[in-house]
Amino acid sequence: MGRCQTLCLPLVPRIVNRPLSATECKLLTAKLSANDLTLIRGETCLFQGLRFALTSGELLLLEGQNGSGKTSLMRAIAGMLSLESGEIFWNGVDVTRQRQAFHGALVWLAHRSGLKGDLTLVENLRFEASLRPQSNVDTSSVYERLGISRLKRLALRSLSAGQQRRVALARMLMADVPLWLMDEPFTNLDPEGRKLVLELTEEHLASGGMCVMAAHQDIDISATIVRVQL
Amino acid sequence: MMTGNPEQPEIFAGLLAITRRELLLAWRRPGDILTPLFFFAMVCTLFPLAVGPSAEQLIFSGPGVLWVAALLATLLSLNSLFLSDHEDGSIDQLLVSPQPLPVLALGKTFAHWLISGLPLVLISPLMAMTYRMPSEIIGVLMLTLLLGTICLSLLGSIGAALTVGLHRGTALLSLLILPLAMPVLLIGANTVSLAAGNEVYATGIWALAAYVVMTVSLAPYATAAALRISNE
Repeated sequence: MGRCQTLCLPLVPRIVNRPLSATECKLLTAKLSANDLTLIRGETCLFQGLRFALTSGELLLLEGQNGSGKTSLMRAIAGMLSLESGEIFWNGVDVTRQRQAFHGALVWLAHRSGLKGDLTLVENLRFEASLRPQSNVDTSSVYERLGISRLKRLALRSLSAGQQRRVALARMLMADVPLWLMDEPFTNLDPEGRKLVLELTEEHLASGGMCVMAAHQDIDISATIVRVQL
Repeated sequence: MMTGNPEQPEIFAGLLAITRRELLLAWRRPGDILTPLFFFAMVCTLFPLAVGPSAEQLIFSGPGVLWVAALLATLLSLNSLFLSDHEDGSIDQLLVSPQPLPVLALGKTFAHWLISGLPLVLISPLMAMTYRMPSEIIGVLMLTLLLGTICLSLLGSIGAALTVGLHRGTALLSLLILPLAMPVLLIGANTVSLAAGNEVYATGIWALAAYVVMTVSLAPYATAAALRISNE
Protein backbone atom coordinates (compact mmCIF):
# COMPACT_ATOMS: atom_id res chain seq x y z
CA MET A 1 0.00 0.00 0.00
CA GLY A 2 2.86 2.32 0.91
CA ARG A 3 4.39 1.78 -2.50
CA CYS A 4 1.13 2.56 -4.20
CA GLN A 5 0.85 5.80 -2.31
CA THR A 6 4.25 7.03 -3.39
CA LEU A 7 3.26 6.23 -6.94
CA CYS A 8 0.03 8.11 -6.67
CA LEU A 9 1.62 11.20 -5.22
CA PRO A 10 4.78 11.39 -7.23
CA LEU A 11 5.92 14.91 -6.61
CA VAL A 12 4.61 15.70 -3.17
CA PRO A 13 6.19 14.25 -0.03
CA ARG A 14 3.93 11.69 1.55
CA ILE A 15 3.50 13.54 4.85
CA VAL A 16 3.11 17.27 4.71
CA ASN A 17 2.47 19.43 7.75
CA ARG A 18 1.39 22.48 5.79
CA PRO A 19 -1.33 23.42 3.36
CA LEU A 20 -0.45 22.36 -0.16
CA SER A 21 0.61 25.06 -2.57
CA ALA A 22 -1.33 25.64 -5.75
CA THR A 23 1.29 23.81 -7.82
CA GLU A 24 1.22 20.82 -5.53
CA CYS A 25 -2.56 20.69 -5.64
CA LYS A 26 -2.40 20.72 -9.37
CA LEU A 27 0.12 17.91 -9.46
CA LEU A 28 -2.17 15.81 -7.29
CA THR A 29 -5.06 16.12 -9.68
CA ALA A 30 -3.01 15.95 -12.87
CA LYS A 31 -3.87 13.19 -15.31
CA LEU A 32 -0.60 13.37 -17.17
CA SER A 33 2.48 14.63 -15.40
CA ALA A 34 6.20 14.45 -15.83
CA ASN A 35 8.95 14.82 -13.31
CA ASP A 36 12.55 15.82 -14.03
CA LEU A 37 12.71 14.51 -17.57
CA THR A 38 16.16 14.40 -19.12
CA LEU A 39 16.74 13.17 -22.62
CA ILE A 40 20.09 12.79 -24.31
CA ARG A 41 20.29 11.93 -27.98
CA GLY A 42 23.77 11.15 -29.18
CA GLU A 43 26.01 13.87 -27.76
CA THR A 44 23.38 16.53 -27.19
CA CYS A 45 21.17 16.98 -24.20
CA LEU A 46 17.76 17.90 -25.59
CA PHE A 47 16.18 18.80 -22.28
CA GLN A 48 16.99 18.49 -18.63
CA GLY A 49 14.83 18.57 -15.53
CA LEU A 50 11.68 19.12 -17.56
CA ARG A 51 8.41 19.11 -15.63
CA PHE A 52 4.83 19.52 -16.60
CA ALA A 53 1.37 18.58 -15.39
CA LEU A 54 -1.76 18.36 -17.42
CA THR A 55 -5.36 17.84 -16.35
CA SER A 56 -8.53 17.21 -18.30
CA GLY A 57 -9.38 19.94 -20.76
CA GLU A 58 -5.85 21.30 -21.04
CA LEU A 59 -3.48 21.60 -23.95
CA LEU A 60 0.25 21.11 -23.54
CA LEU A 61 1.92 23.17 -26.23
CA LEU A 62 5.52 22.31 -27.03
CA GLU A 63 7.40 25.21 -28.52
CA GLY A 64 10.90 25.43 -29.85
CA GLN A 65 12.98 25.59 -32.97
CA ASN A 66 13.46 22.74 -35.39
CA GLY A 67 15.50 20.05 -33.76
CA SER A 68 14.90 21.28 -30.23
CA GLY A 69 13.39 17.96 -29.19
CA LYS A 70 9.63 18.41 -29.54
CA THR A 71 9.12 15.16 -31.40
CA SER A 72 11.58 13.39 -29.11
CA LEU A 73 9.64 14.54 -26.06
CA MET A 74 6.43 13.24 -27.60
CA ARG A 75 8.05 9.94 -28.45
CA ALA A 76 9.31 9.76 -24.89
CA ILE A 77 5.82 10.39 -23.55
CA ALA A 78 4.47 7.66 -25.81
CA GLY A 79 7.15 5.33 -24.45
CA MET A 80 9.11 4.96 -27.68
CA LEU A 81 12.28 6.62 -26.38
CA SER A 82 13.91 5.71 -23.13
CA LEU A 83 14.64 8.69 -20.95
CA GLU A 84 17.97 9.39 -19.31
CA SER A 85 16.12 10.15 -16.11
CA GLY A 86 12.69 11.14 -14.89
CA GLU A 87 9.25 9.59 -14.81
CA ILE A 88 5.99 10.16 -16.60
CA PHE A 89 2.77 9.54 -14.73
CA TRP A 90 -0.65 8.77 -16.12
CA ASN A 91 -3.44 9.04 -13.56
CA GLY A 92 -0.75 9.10 -10.90
CA VAL A 93 0.86 5.81 -11.89
CA ASP A 94 4.21 5.53 -13.64
CA VAL A 95 3.51 4.77 -17.31
CA THR A 96 6.21 2.10 -17.49
CA ARG A 97 4.10 0.07 -15.05
CA GLN A 98 0.95 0.30 -17.13
CA ARG A 99 2.20 0.55 -20.70
CA GLN A 100 -0.78 -1.22 -22.26
CA ALA A 101 -3.40 0.77 -20.41
CA PHE A 102 -1.60 4.03 -21.20
CA HIS A 103 -1.34 3.17 -24.89
CA GLY A 104 -5.04 2.38 -24.83
CA ALA A 105 -5.67 5.94 -23.67
CA LEU A 106 -3.58 7.77 -26.26
CA VAL A 107 -3.42 8.25 -29.97
CA TRP A 108 -0.37 9.56 -31.82
CA LEU A 109 -0.58 11.78 -34.87
CA ALA A 110 2.94 11.68 -36.25
CA HIS A 111 4.79 13.29 -39.16
CA ARG A 112 4.45 10.15 -41.18
CA SER A 113 0.88 9.00 -41.32
CA GLY A 114 1.57 5.33 -40.53
CA LEU A 115 -1.15 4.38 -42.98
CA LYS A 116 -0.66 1.90 -45.78
CA GLY A 117 -0.57 3.39 -49.27
CA ASP A 118 -1.69 0.16 -50.92
CA LEU A 119 -4.84 -0.08 -48.85
CA THR A 120 -7.94 2.06 -49.16
CA LEU A 121 -8.97 4.58 -46.56
CA VAL A 122 -11.66 2.29 -45.17
CA GLU A 123 -9.32 -0.72 -45.00
CA ASN A 124 -6.71 1.35 -43.17
CA LEU A 125 -9.14 2.73 -40.63
CA ARG A 126 -10.86 -0.61 -40.12
CA PHE A 127 -7.49 -2.14 -39.24
CA GLU A 128 -6.77 0.63 -36.74
CA ALA A 129 -10.21 0.23 -35.22
CA SER A 130 -9.78 -3.51 -34.74
CA LEU A 131 -6.70 -2.93 -32.56
CA ARG A 132 -8.81 -0.99 -30.07
CA PRO A 133 -11.86 -1.86 -28.02
CA GLN A 134 -15.18 -1.28 -29.74
CA SER A 135 -15.82 2.45 -29.88
CA ASN A 136 -19.17 4.05 -30.55
CA VAL A 137 -17.96 6.81 -32.82
CA ASP A 138 -20.08 7.22 -35.93
CA THR A 139 -17.60 6.67 -38.77
CA SER A 140 -19.64 8.26 -41.52
CA SER A 141 -20.00 11.49 -39.58
CA VAL A 142 -16.23 11.55 -39.01
CA TYR A 143 -15.63 11.11 -42.75
CA GLU A 144 -18.18 13.83 -43.46
CA ARG A 145 -16.61 16.21 -40.97
CA LEU A 146 -13.12 15.79 -42.43
CA GLY A 147 -14.36 15.96 -46.00
CA ILE A 148 -13.00 12.55 -46.96
CA SER A 149 -16.22 10.59 -47.55
CA ARG A 150 -15.71 10.81 -51.32
CA LEU A 151 -12.30 9.14 -51.03
CA LYS A 152 -13.36 6.01 -49.18
CA ARG A 153 -12.69 3.53 -51.97
CA LEU A 154 -9.39 5.01 -53.19
CA ALA A 155 -5.98 3.60 -52.42
CA LEU A 156 -4.29 5.90 -49.98
CA ARG A 157 -1.23 6.48 -52.15
CA SER A 158 -3.42 8.20 -54.74
CA LEU A 159 -4.49 10.86 -52.23
CA SER A 160 -2.69 14.18 -51.78
CA ALA A 161 -0.54 14.81 -48.70
CA GLY A 162 -3.24 17.00 -47.19
CA GLN A 163 -5.92 14.40 -47.78
CA GLN A 164 -3.72 11.75 -46.18
CA ARG A 165 -3.32 14.00 -43.17
CA ARG A 166 -7.11 14.23 -42.95
CA VAL A 167 -7.28 10.44 -42.92
CA ALA A 168 -4.77 10.41 -40.07
CA LEU A 169 -7.02 12.90 -38.26
CA ALA A 170 -9.96 10.58 -38.87
CA ARG A 171 -8.05 7.77 -37.21
CA MET A 172 -7.42 10.04 -34.25
CA LEU A 173 -11.10 10.89 -33.89
CA MET A 174 -12.21 7.30 -34.28
CA ALA A 175 -9.81 6.05 -31.61
CA ASP A 176 -12.03 7.87 -29.09
CA VAL A 177 -9.35 8.22 -26.41
CA PRO A 178 -8.62 10.96 -23.86
CA LEU A 179 -5.03 11.84 -24.81
CA TRP A 180 -4.05 13.16 -28.22
CA LEU A 181 -0.37 13.47 -29.11
CA MET A 182 -0.19 15.71 -32.16
CA ASP A 183 3.13 16.36 -33.84
CA GLU A 184 2.76 19.45 -36.02
CA PRO A 185 -0.84 18.65 -36.96
CA PHE A 186 -1.10 21.59 -39.38
CA THR A 187 1.48 20.40 -41.92
CA ASN A 188 0.14 19.93 -45.44
CA LEU A 189 -3.32 21.18 -44.52
CA ASP A 190 -5.14 24.01 -46.29
CA PRO A 191 -6.38 27.00 -44.21
CA GLU A 192 -9.76 25.35 -43.86
CA GLY A 193 -8.11 22.15 -42.65
CA ARG A 194 -6.02 24.06 -40.11
CA LYS A 195 -9.18 25.70 -38.79
CA LEU A 196 -10.78 22.27 -38.57
CA VAL A 197 -7.85 20.92 -36.50
CA LEU A 198 -8.28 23.82 -34.07
CA GLU A 199 -12.02 23.20 -33.84
CA LEU A 200 -11.55 19.49 -33.25
CA THR A 201 -8.93 20.14 -30.60
CA GLU A 202 -11.18 22.65 -28.87
CA GLU A 203 -14.09 20.20 -28.84
CA HIS A 204 -11.88 17.42 -27.58
CA LEU A 205 -10.62 19.60 -24.74
CA ALA A 206 -14.11 20.82 -23.94
CA SER A 207 -15.29 17.24 -23.55
CA GLY A 208 -12.57 16.59 -20.98
CA GLY A 209 -9.81 15.35 -23.25
CA MET A 210 -6.15 16.31 -23.23
CA CYS A 211 -3.77 17.29 -25.96
CA VAL A 212 -0.01 17.43 -26.31
CA MET A 213 0.80 19.43 -29.41
CA ALA A 214 4.01 20.52 -31.09
CA ALA A 215 3.29 23.47 -33.32
CA HIS A 216 4.99 26.51 -34.78
CA GLN A 217 1.88 28.59 -35.19
CA ASP A 218 -0.30 30.38 -32.67
CA ILE A 219 -2.97 28.20 -31.17
CA ASP A 220 -6.06 30.32 -30.77
CA ILE A 221 -8.51 28.26 -28.76
CA SER A 222 -10.50 28.82 -25.62
CA ALA A 223 -8.83 26.34 -23.31
CA THR A 224 -6.04 26.34 -20.77
CA ILE A 225 -2.73 26.12 -22.60
CA VAL A 226 0.32 24.88 -20.70
CA ARG A 227 3.41 25.98 -22.57
CA VAL A 228 6.70 24.12 -22.56
CA GLN A 229 9.66 25.87 -24.14
CA LEU A 230 12.25 23.47 -25.42
CA MET B 1 -17.00 12.49 -27.94
CA MET B 2 -14.58 11.13 -25.38
CA THR B 3 -15.81 8.27 -23.29
CA GLY B 4 -12.56 6.55 -22.32
CA ASN B 5 -12.48 2.80 -22.74
CA PRO B 6 -11.78 0.99 -19.52
CA GLU B 7 -12.01 -2.46 -21.14
CA GLN B 8 -8.95 -3.95 -22.82
CA PRO B 9 -8.99 -4.69 -26.54
CA GLU B 10 -9.31 -8.29 -27.71
CA ILE B 11 -5.88 -9.78 -28.27
CA PHE B 12 -7.09 -12.37 -30.73
CA ALA B 13 -8.86 -9.68 -32.74
CA GLY B 14 -5.56 -7.78 -33.00
CA LEU B 15 -3.68 -10.87 -34.14
CA LEU B 16 -6.32 -11.56 -36.75
CA ALA B 17 -6.47 -7.95 -37.90
CA ILE B 18 -2.74 -7.60 -38.52
CA THR B 19 -2.54 -10.96 -40.28
CA ARG B 20 -5.42 -9.97 -42.51
CA ARG B 21 -3.84 -6.60 -43.28
CA GLU B 22 -0.52 -8.19 -44.22
CA LEU B 23 -2.20 -10.72 -46.49
CA LEU B 24 -4.20 -7.95 -48.14
CA LEU B 25 -1.03 -5.94 -48.69
CA ALA B 26 0.71 -8.96 -50.19
CA TRP B 27 -2.28 -9.52 -52.45
CA ARG B 28 -1.96 -5.96 -53.72
CA ARG B 29 1.77 -6.51 -54.38
CA PRO B 30 2.17 -10.06 -55.62
CA GLY B 31 5.80 -9.43 -56.62
CA ASP B 32 6.86 -9.68 -52.99
CA ILE B 33 5.52 -13.23 -52.72
CA LEU B 34 6.77 -14.41 -56.06
CA THR B 35 10.43 -13.34 -55.90
CA PRO B 36 11.56 -15.78 -53.15
CA LEU B 37 9.42 -18.50 -54.66
CA PHE B 38 11.02 -18.02 -58.09
CA PHE B 39 14.43 -18.03 -56.45
CA PHE B 40 13.65 -21.34 -54.75
CA ALA B 41 12.32 -22.86 -57.97
CA MET B 42 15.28 -21.61 -60.00
CA VAL B 43 17.97 -22.93 -57.67
CA CYS B 44 16.21 -26.28 -57.40
CA THR B 45 15.78 -26.73 -61.14
CA LEU B 46 19.17 -25.36 -62.21
CA PHE B 47 21.18 -27.58 -59.90
CA PRO B 48 20.34 -30.90 -61.64
CA LEU B 49 21.10 -29.26 -64.97
CA ALA B 50 24.54 -28.26 -63.74
CA VAL B 51 25.57 -31.54 -62.05
CA GLY B 52 24.17 -33.84 -64.73
CA PRO B 53 21.36 -36.38 -64.79
CA SER B 54 23.03 -39.22 -62.85
CA ALA B 55 20.23 -40.59 -60.66
CA GLU B 56 22.52 -41.64 -57.86
CA GLN B 57 24.06 -38.20 -57.53
CA LEU B 58 20.67 -36.46 -57.63
CA ILE B 59 19.13 -38.68 -54.97
CA PHE B 60 22.18 -38.11 -52.81
CA SER B 61 22.27 -34.31 -53.11
CA GLY B 62 18.51 -33.65 -53.35
CA PRO B 63 17.62 -33.09 -49.67
CA GLY B 64 20.61 -30.80 -49.10
CA VAL B 65 20.02 -28.65 -52.15
CA LEU B 66 16.29 -28.30 -51.51
CA TRP B 67 16.90 -27.32 -47.93
CA VAL B 68 19.66 -24.81 -48.68
CA ALA B 69 17.48 -23.25 -51.39
CA ALA B 70 14.58 -23.01 -48.95
CA LEU B 71 16.77 -21.37 -46.32
CA LEU B 72 18.18 -18.81 -48.75
CA ALA B 73 14.76 -18.05 -50.23
CA THR B 74 13.41 -17.39 -46.74
CA LEU B 75 16.36 -15.12 -45.92
CA LEU B 76 15.71 -13.24 -49.16
CA SER B 77 12.11 -12.56 -48.21
CA LEU B 78 12.86 -11.58 -44.61
CA ASN B 79 14.48 -8.27 -45.38
CA SER B 80 11.18 -6.70 -46.36
CA LEU B 81 9.31 -7.92 -43.28
CA PHE B 82 9.38 -4.62 -41.38
CA LEU B 83 10.91 -2.37 -44.04
CA SER B 84 7.76 -0.81 -45.47
CA ASP B 85 6.33 -0.40 -41.97
CA HIS B 86 9.47 1.46 -41.01
CA GLU B 87 9.32 3.70 -44.07
CA ASP B 88 5.69 4.76 -43.75
CA GLY B 89 5.75 5.12 -39.99
CA SER B 90 3.32 2.31 -39.20
CA ILE B 91 5.89 0.76 -36.87
CA ASP B 92 5.43 3.77 -34.59
CA GLN B 93 1.70 3.22 -34.65
CA LEU B 94 2.17 -0.44 -33.75
CA LEU B 95 4.50 0.57 -30.91
CA VAL B 96 1.89 2.83 -29.34
CA SER B 97 -1.05 0.58 -30.07
CA PRO B 98 -2.98 -0.79 -27.10
CA GLN B 99 -2.30 -4.33 -28.33
CA PRO B 100 0.74 -6.10 -26.87
CA LEU B 101 3.63 -5.72 -29.32
CA PRO B 102 4.63 -9.43 -29.26
CA VAL B 103 1.14 -10.32 -30.45
CA LEU B 104 1.41 -7.90 -33.36
CA ALA B 105 4.89 -9.20 -34.18
CA LEU B 106 3.57 -12.75 -34.13
CA GLY B 107 0.72 -11.75 -36.46
CA LYS B 108 3.12 -10.16 -38.91
CA THR B 109 5.44 -13.17 -38.84
CA PHE B 110 2.55 -15.56 -39.26
CA ALA B 111 1.42 -13.62 -42.33
CA HIS B 112 4.99 -13.67 -43.63
CA TRP B 113 5.08 -17.44 -43.27
CA LEU B 114 1.73 -17.79 -45.05
CA ILE B 115 3.05 -15.63 -47.87
CA SER B 116 6.57 -16.95 -48.30
CA GLY B 117 6.95 -20.19 -46.33
CA LEU B 118 3.77 -22.04 -47.16
CA PRO B 119 3.96 -21.62 -50.98
CA LEU B 120 7.51 -22.90 -50.81
CA VAL B 121 6.37 -26.02 -48.97
CA LEU B 122 3.58 -26.49 -51.49
CA ILE B 123 5.81 -26.38 -54.56
CA SER B 124 8.55 -28.49 -52.98
CA PRO B 125 7.08 -31.84 -54.24
CA LEU B 126 7.41 -30.51 -57.77
CA MET B 127 11.03 -29.62 -57.14
CA ALA B 128 11.70 -32.94 -55.40
CA MET B 129 10.61 -34.80 -58.50
CA THR B 130 13.56 -33.28 -60.38
CA TYR B 131 15.75 -35.14 -57.91
CA ARG B 132 13.92 -38.44 -58.45
CA MET B 133 12.74 -38.48 -54.88
CA PRO B 134 10.26 -41.30 -54.13
CA SER B 135 6.79 -40.15 -53.06
CA GLU B 136 7.03 -41.33 -49.44
CA ILE B 137 10.23 -39.31 -49.01
CA ILE B 138 8.51 -36.28 -50.53
CA GLY B 139 6.05 -36.48 -47.64
CA VAL B 140 8.93 -36.31 -45.14
CA LEU B 141 10.52 -33.46 -47.08
CA MET B 142 7.28 -31.46 -46.98
CA LEU B 143 6.83 -32.08 -43.28
CA THR B 144 10.38 -30.96 -42.44
CA LEU B 145 10.07 -27.92 -44.69
CA LEU B 146 6.71 -27.06 -43.10
CA LEU B 147 8.24 -27.09 -39.62
CA GLY B 148 11.51 -25.58 -40.79
CA THR B 149 10.01 -22.58 -42.58
CA ILE B 150 7.97 -21.72 -39.48
CA CYS B 151 11.20 -21.67 -37.47
CA LEU B 152 13.02 -19.65 -40.11
CA SER B 153 10.25 -17.04 -40.37
CA LEU B 154 10.15 -16.61 -36.60
CA LEU B 155 13.93 -16.47 -36.18
CA GLY B 156 14.15 -14.16 -39.16
CA SER B 157 11.63 -11.77 -37.68
CA ILE B 158 14.06 -11.11 -34.82
CA GLY B 159 16.85 -10.27 -37.26
CA ALA B 160 14.55 -8.23 -39.48
CA ALA B 161 13.39 -6.22 -36.47
CA LEU B 162 16.96 -5.58 -35.33
CA THR B 163 18.21 -4.43 -38.73
CA VAL B 164 15.16 -2.47 -39.84
CA GLY B 165 16.63 0.92 -39.02
CA LEU B 166 19.90 0.23 -40.85
CA HIS B 167 20.48 0.88 -44.50
CA ARG B 168 21.25 -2.23 -46.47
CA GLY B 169 20.85 -4.47 -43.49
CA THR B 170 20.43 -7.60 -45.60
CA ALA B 171 23.97 -8.91 -45.11
CA LEU B 172 23.85 -8.23 -41.41
CA LEU B 173 20.45 -9.87 -41.16
CA SER B 174 21.80 -13.04 -42.77
CA LEU B 175 24.82 -13.04 -40.45
CA LEU B 176 22.60 -12.64 -37.39
CA ILE B 177 20.15 -15.31 -38.40
CA LEU B 178 22.41 -18.00 -39.84
CA PRO B 179 23.82 -19.29 -36.53
CA LEU B 180 20.30 -19.70 -35.19
CA ALA B 181 19.02 -21.16 -38.44
CA MET B 182 21.87 -23.63 -38.81
CA PRO B 183 20.33 -26.34 -36.56
CA VAL B 184 17.12 -26.11 -38.60
CA LEU B 185 19.04 -26.68 -41.82
CA LEU B 186 21.12 -29.52 -40.41
CA ILE B 187 18.22 -31.35 -38.82
CA GLY B 188 15.91 -30.75 -41.77
CA ALA B 189 18.29 -31.91 -44.51
CA ASN B 190 19.56 -34.85 -42.47
CA THR B 191 16.08 -36.05 -41.63
CA VAL B 192 15.20 -36.22 -45.31
CA SER B 193 18.50 -38.00 -46.09
CA LEU B 194 17.84 -40.53 -43.32
CA ALA B 195 14.35 -41.16 -44.64
CA ALA B 196 15.77 -41.64 -48.14
CA GLY B 197 18.25 -44.19 -46.73
CA ASN B 198 15.41 -46.14 -45.06
CA GLU B 199 16.61 -45.28 -41.59
CA VAL B 200 14.80 -44.00 -38.51
CA TYR B 201 14.03 -40.31 -39.07
CA ALA B 202 11.30 -39.54 -36.53
CA THR B 203 13.83 -37.99 -34.13
CA GLY B 204 14.53 -35.22 -36.61
CA ILE B 205 10.84 -34.42 -36.99
CA TRP B 206 10.43 -34.24 -33.21
CA ALA B 207 13.50 -32.03 -32.90
CA LEU B 208 12.16 -29.65 -35.54
CA ALA B 209 8.76 -29.63 -33.85
CA ALA B 210 10.45 -28.78 -30.55
CA TYR B 211 12.32 -25.97 -32.27
CA VAL B 212 9.00 -24.67 -33.61
CA VAL B 213 7.50 -24.67 -30.13
CA MET B 214 10.51 -22.83 -28.77
CA THR B 215 10.56 -20.18 -31.48
CA VAL B 216 6.79 -19.64 -31.41
CA SER B 217 6.93 -19.00 -27.69
CA LEU B 218 10.10 -16.91 -27.53
CA ALA B 219 10.65 -15.18 -30.88
CA PRO B 220 7.67 -12.78 -30.70
CA TYR B 221 9.03 -11.31 -27.46
CA ALA B 222 12.52 -10.97 -28.91
CA THR B 223 11.09 -9.37 -32.06
CA ALA B 224 9.06 -6.92 -30.01
CA ALA B 225 12.11 -5.95 -27.97
CA ALA B 226 14.19 -5.60 -31.12
CA LEU B 227 11.56 -3.37 -32.72
CA ARG B 228 11.56 -1.13 -29.64
CA ILE B 229 15.36 -0.86 -29.76
CA SER B 230 15.65 -0.15 -33.46
CA ASN B 231 12.94 2.51 -33.30
CA GLU B 232 14.48 4.55 -30.52
